[in-house]
Amino acid sequence: MSVIALTPLDLGVAAALVVALALLSHRLDLGLERRMLVAALRSIVQLSLLGLVLKVLFAQQHPGLIGLLAMIMLGVAGYEVMARQQRRLKGPWGMGIGTLSMFLSSFSVTLLALTVIVGPEPWYTPQYLIPLLGMLLGNTMNGIAISLDQLTRAAWQQRQLIEARLLLGQDWHQAINPLRRDALRSGLIPIVNAMSTAGLVSLPGMMTGQILGGSPPMEAAKYQIMILFLIAAGTGFGAITALWIGSRRLFDERQRLRLDRLSTAKPG
Amino acid sequence: MSRLRLQGLACAVLEPVSLQVEPGECVAVHGPSGSGKSLLLRALADLDPHPGEVLLDNEAQSRTPPCQWRQWVGLLPAESGWWSEHVGDHFSGEPAAELAALGLGSECLDWSVPRLSSGERQRLGLARLLAGRPWALLLDEPTANLDAANAARVETLIAGYRRTHAAPVIWVSHDLSQRRRIAERHYRIADRRLIEDVG
Repeated sequence: MSVIALTPLDLGVAAALVVALALLSHRLDLGLERRMLVAALRSIVQLSLLGLVLKVLFAQQHPGLIGLLAMIMLGVAGYEVMARQQRRLKGPWGMGIGTLSMFLSSFSVTLLALTVIVGPEPWYTPQYLIPLLGMLLGNTMNGIAISLDQLTRAAWQQRQLIEARLLLGQDWHQAINPLRRDALRSGLIPIVNAMSTAGLVSLPGMMTGQILGGSPPMEAAKYQIMILFLIAAGTGFGAITALWIGSRRLFDERQRLRLDRLSTAKPG
Repeated sequence: MSRLRLQGLACAVLEPVSLQVEPGECVAVHGPSGSGKSLLLRALADLDPHPGEVLLDNEAQSRTPPCQWRQWVGLLPAESGWWSEHVGDHFSGEPAAELAALGLGSECLDWSVPRLSSGERQRLGLARLLAGRPWALLLDEPTANLDAANAARVETLIAGYRRTHAAPVIWVSHDLSQRRRIAERHYRIADRRLIEDVG
């Protein structure tokens, strides 16, 4: 079985649904229509570009180009993590922490998957590398963004509690650890839920894609299991790295809580 | 037995302060709100970055590990923080004597924090601080939420503590008659300076 190609008309039908939703939003005064249409347009442009880029990349198999695309993906993900935080660390830390922890977790997990588990020849074969990396970056990005946002917001709100611990002689680890644990839990809940409902409630995206693309269901299931495990590991290690660097940065060398290192809240 | 010395200690709204508090001595501080009383105490406990040095006998703040330092100079903030569900989780050691002196029974350790009144929080905050046996006491309005009887209990407890442990005390209070009862020396903050009130 080969893939049934989608015609522009097919996509037009799907797009009409989004337009109808935007119209309804306008009628009901929900104020969502602009953002909805902009996001829809972005997905058309971005995915078409990616399709073109991947076409070239798959034809060329050039390691430099693959590396460049990977770096661009990482940079955008780092920016997204920063942009999603209500109170972020000032200066290069704001983007640096998320980017570094995604680099450490997503890249190393992808590398491991390619060299040890899947084993394409050569290991950087873009048909495997780019989808794997994209899947991992997208998910670790969510986990890290949620965790960091939760940590900095809780530190801001619970200053009195943290300082009460410091005043009684506890060190910064003890003072911040409950907040760090909560933040980690929030960041990991989506992937834990995804693993526990996979196949029962939702058919995960990758498996859907493979089945639509004609793979045997059992092969698709095996790939999906591997992906879920990789995502869980990548998200967990990434969020822990980000939380440890981030919470360290909330204190200075005299273990004072330095909320002045956080930017003021964005409205909304 | 320890002597508290502030050497050019400054905070955001105060010119550098130099002050010496003898072992067992109590210094009262007052001034309009926002004048920097609490910030001065925070700098003493090294909670905010600040210029200047503080010495407890010969131990310098800048050369003492921060956790150790904060245990030595016990700061009681105006609002005490409670991070756990039960009162008892916040105590290390056996605070029975302090609790009794404040008119509280040991059963209060089983109380739930969200149900505490502001006066109970304040007294429990003090008991929690004293249970750690700090060498000095920095008290920020410790009786602000208390009725006269409980305020008197706090005054008696502090007076006993500084006698027994020869602890220097800096006590911020709005109440003139209280300041007269508790302190040997009096200071006020005006025009960004700490000025001694004489007579």
